[in-house]
Amino acid sequence: MGANEVIIDVQESATVGDFKAVLFSQYPRLKALTSLFIAVNHAYAEDDEKLTAEAEIALIPPVAGG
Amino acid sequence: MIKITEKPIDIQKVIDTASSLGAGALNVFIGTVRNTAHGKNVLWLEYEAYEAMAVAEIRKIIDEAAHRWPLLGWAISHRIGTLKPGEVSVVIAVSAPHRKDSFDACEFIIDTLKEKVPIWKKEIFEDGEEWVSAQPNVAKVYN
Repeated sequence: MGANEVIIDVQESATVGDFKAVLFSQYPRLKALTSLFIAVNHAYAEDDEKLTAEAEIALIPPVAGG
Repeated sequence: MIKITEKPIDIQKVIDTASSLGAGALNVFIGTVRNTAHGKNVLWLEYEAYEAMAVAEIRKIIDEAAHRWPLLGWAISHRIGTLKPGEVSVVIAVSAPHRKDSFDACEFIIDTLKEKVPIWKKEIFEDGEEWVSAQPNVAKVYN
């Protein structure tokens, strides 16, 4: 993505799945990752989770701690 | 104690924090930076963390470990920033009444940390660099 933070426009009451669809259409290169999880407020989120205006959303590419 | 730090890890402090008078075993895992990857020399690694979430995820792993094994004490310190081969990247210490539980809990914690905690590392070679990508099975672990 080439940035630490980007703006993605989604409808009110959008879910994580809706967010991902818009994200992938704007940044198709993300599909090349072996995995990409979405975190909402510092926790992994499922596709059906609803987003709120205050939520902190993060993209989590393959992790490699240790 | 859960710590994510740019400074060298104080291994003794991690051990002391996890120790307990009721323990018959204290197991310590020390992760170190290897000097080769894909048959090439690694000059150094660059670690990054999404810190608030990394701490939250480590806490969940500890809670799960404490649920599975009778832990008496625990501590984890993970280093971020630039690390050279031989340097310590992570220290995990757990104490339990008996050694098997401490071995098993320690192994579970490092295995799960590698799968779930949002920490990333980039290998720097003489001729390039590459993000290390781990197993894409985070969701499965959680479900």
